[in-house]
Amino acid sequence: MLSYIMKRILSAIPVLLVVSIVIFLIIHITPGNPASVILGEEATPEQIAELEESLGLNLPIHQQYFSWIAGVFQGDLGTSYFMKAPVTESIANSIVPTISLAIFAQIIALLIAIPIGVLAANKRGSFADSSMMVFALLGMSIPSFLLALLLVLLFGVQLGWLPVAGFRPLSEGLLIHLQYLILPAISLGAIQAALIARMTRSSILEVLNMNYIKSARAKGVKNFSLILKHAFRNALLPILTVVGQTFGTLITGAVVVETVFNIPGIGQLVINSIERRDFAVIQGVVLFITVLYIFLNLIIDILYGMIDPRVRLDRK
Amino acid sequence: MQTLKTDTNVDLSEIKSTLKSEQRKILTKKIMKNKLMVAGGIIFILLCLLALFGPMLVKYDPHEMTVSDRLTAPSGDHLLGTDNFGRDLLSRIVYGSRATLGVGFSVAILSSLFGLIIGLYSSYYKTLDHILMRISDGLMAIPGVLLAIALMAALGPSTRNVIIALSIVFTPYIARVVRSVALSVREQTYIEAMRAQGASSFRIIWLHIMPNTISPLIVQATFIFSDAMITEAALSFLGVGVPAPDPSWGNILYDGKLVIFNAWWMTVFPGIMIILAVMSLNLFGDGLRDLIDPRVKSGKKIKGDKHAK
Amino acid sequence: MQNETLLEVSNLKTHFGSDTGFVTAVDGISFHVEEGEILGVVGESGCGKSVTAESILRLHDEKFNTMYEGEIKYKGENLLKLPLSKMENIRGNEISMIFQDPMSSLNPVYTIGNQITEALLLHQDISKKEAHNKAIELLELVGIPSPEKRITEYPHELSGGMQQRVMIAIGLACQPSLLIADEPTTALDVTIQAQILDIMLRLNKELKMGVIFITHDLGVVAEICDRVAVMYLGQIVEEARTIDLFEQPLHPYTSGLLESIPKMDGDRSKKLNVVKGSVPSLDSIPQGCRFASRCPFADELCLKEMPELRPFKDEEGSKVRCWHAEKILNERKKEHVSTD
Repeated sequence: MLSYIMKRILSAIPVLLVVSIVIFLIIHITPGNPASVILGEEATPEQIAELEESLGLNLPIHQQYFSWIAGVFQGDLGTSYFMKAPVTESIANSIVPTISLAIFAQIIALLIAIPIGVLAANKRGSFADSSMMVFALLGMSIPSFLLALLLVLLFGVQLGWLPVAGFRPLSEGLLIHLQYLILPAISLGAIQAALIARMTRSSILEVLNMNYIKSARAKGVKNFSLILKHAFRNALLPILTVVGQTFGTLITGAVVVETVFNIPGIGQLVINSIERRDFAVIQGVVLFITVLYIFLNLIIDILYGMIDPRVRLDRK
Repeated sequence: MQTLKTDTNVDLSEIKSTLKSEQRKILTKKIMKNKLMVAGGIIFILLCLLALFGPMLVKYDPHEMTVSDRLTAPSGDHLLGTDNFGRDLLSRIVYGSRATLGVGFSVAILSSLFGLIIGLYSSYYKTLDHILMRISDGLMAIPGVLLAIALMAALGPSTRNVIIALSIVFTPYIARVVRSVALSVREQTYIEAMRAQGASSFRIIWLHIMPNTISPLIVQATFIFSDAMITEAALSFLGVGVPAPDPSWGNILYDGKLVIFNAWWMTVFPGIMIILAVMSLNLFGDGLRDLIDPRVKSGKKIKGDKHAK
Repeated sequence: MQNETLLEVSNLKTHFGSDTGFVTAVDGISFHVEEGEILGVVGESGCGKSVTAESILRLHDEKFNTMYEGEIKYKGENLLKLPLSKMENIRGNEISMIFQDPMSSLNPVYTIGNQITEALLLHQDISKKEAHNKAIELLELVGIPSPEKRITEYPHELSGGMQQRVMIAIGLACQPSLLIADEPTTALDVTIQAQILDIMLRLNKELKMGVIFITHDLGVVAEICDRVAVMYLGQIVEEARTIDLFEQPLHPYTSGLLESIPKMDGDRSKKLNVVKGSVPSLDSIPQGCRFASRCPFADELCLKEMPELRPFKDEEGSKVRCWHAEKILNERKKEHVSTD
């Protein structure tokens, strides 16, 4: 098991390398001189030269990369030009609402999706099953920010039940925290739920056709525990994969949904940084979230090994 | 099948043509049986027609501002109402469909093209494969919308840049699909035989491997079409996509968000359009995949239909 | 020695729903199994052997796409009328089943110990510790070396033969009165097959357990079965004591099957006799005798009317579903005389 975990971790390294290069290069695809883009049109040549020097833009490109990546390894994502503060600080200041939102949305998604998926698989062909499929289809066709807008329109504007903007930290109390998060989390989670429910259903259906389900039934295993003990655990791998893969969508969805609800999270940080042409922050945020995403998928890979003993051996 | 076994002297070409027409009949039957796919296809074609010819039919210029008509609700004059600048919402949605569908279409075409080339060549040359696949791993590891946002931040907002950014985001997905199909084709004996006969790699790749990858590529391209539309809408909604004042469904929603307490129509109507476009394409793509990959289909179908007596 | 009847199946029909309507996979089957008896069920693949076996335990999803008809009397009680919860108490406890492919029949994510104790804990009021000890005993019984170690292993860590022994151990866990073995040796090597058969025969004798042994291998049937039922397209076409069946097959299909076995001492230049044609599909079953399309003796009557499974007067306990069984038998006897 330990060597399996090590292998998984090692396999993430080349990906991280490519990711860092891609993210590093983003600033260099700006048309024209990055420094003049940052400073805007009115900047004098002296100002530009000064900024170039302070950002290290006058160095050869590989040196720029190495000094950047060396900083990253020391936890230094660069300095925000606009805020005159370390990028890590800006991220730290705005990550909490985003993570809080993503986790809450994921919990909602799992709470909705798995029972629905299991139910639909168990009663396949029934009315409940078809309505679930319609729900999943709808869910996959609505971008989360659009669902967010529609929810705001319904619950905020028409019914006036829930707040439509803002964020209250957990320190002000769980209830008020959740009250402000519920609409954004539903908008994000519902789409996630559609995907997971669909996967749960098809995955369980596939497992239910397996011989070991038949032999378990022949042993006298009750229908309920047949699904929960024998089918679900085997069906969990593809479900987990979807959860892992779509967590990226969830986080980026959170970035977009935040702007609908004016939540001061990573999304607002990015959007503001684009307006301020604060590339260091954009790079830092993209790198941070990507590493988070890769890390999460690593954890899921390790979970695989724990759920299915075959994975530990078979996977290279 | 009946015609086949009766006579052995029947012309071979005749058999072939009967077979072909019969296969076609079966295919048509299968397509018609999948009602959702047909519905999706029809809705999507209608939307494309709207994007192509709609602008000739609407009576207002999408940029024309009439301050006195700001935020009027849907009425006989402005069927879908007006926006916060007094522009006709119907015109903006119709013109906006050009931007949104146009971006989706261009991204699907461009990423298919590049993905096809990358996928084919990396399936054929080992070293190249290592390099290209590591790069695509890296690109796919960055959440799509986020990468698109970063690219747009660097490139600057314009419709052309949206297309470029999204093509960069989606090309690896096509390359992956093409590569995996091409790899399995490459292992076939007849490719081996071609190589033994001295066929050039260009010929093998483009004449013999490529045709096998086309159907999965088309399926993938329909999904990328719809993903690209969603992402374009998100980018424009964030203000980093299609720049104002040109309409796209995403930036109409952006305007709509500012006045959401006063003008529901600015959120609901473009929203419906996005849902329609994405859903119809997804339905079509799902159906297409079932047609192309019978394994998936039979699995689903048998389970789904057994209940019907 | 007169044994009690353990299982009596009468006129069992199993229908499956499909795209095109209902398909009757098992069509009016009747047979019985006595205590301590091994009944063989043979037939080509797709003839409904496995469906019959699974129908006895009602393993098909009745809520979804399956309908049973007829009667399955186990110790005097009709299983088809039992509520599902009672049925669950019978499965694996009174009647248990061993499947064809041990690899896929064991749940890959649980240890074999877990899977054996599950059956024990379900049906017996014992502690986990006791179940664990009992599982080790069972593994020993089916001839698995160092069972204390093996019990913590996962199915994929065992060989095919070992996996099938585990399946048998699970099947025997609660000492069932009836064991249904659905091609238990088909997926195994010949040497391992012999070992597995040995174990089953021994347990059958020791535990006085009735066995329904489903196979397409007539050699295996000859080796272990007391009686045989031959199935064709969802029906039983012949039923007889094993010895009678091999001596004097009554149904043309049975004789076809027997003749398709290569003989060590036979003339190798002679072509093997194969039953001509292939099994018609279940949704296009011909009226009349189901074997008619492949039968060398078929006449108009056979094509028009389906024969009943009837007792054959010359042999005690034999039944055959053929209009012309007597005639065919006589002809064959004549042939034998002339060739001898």
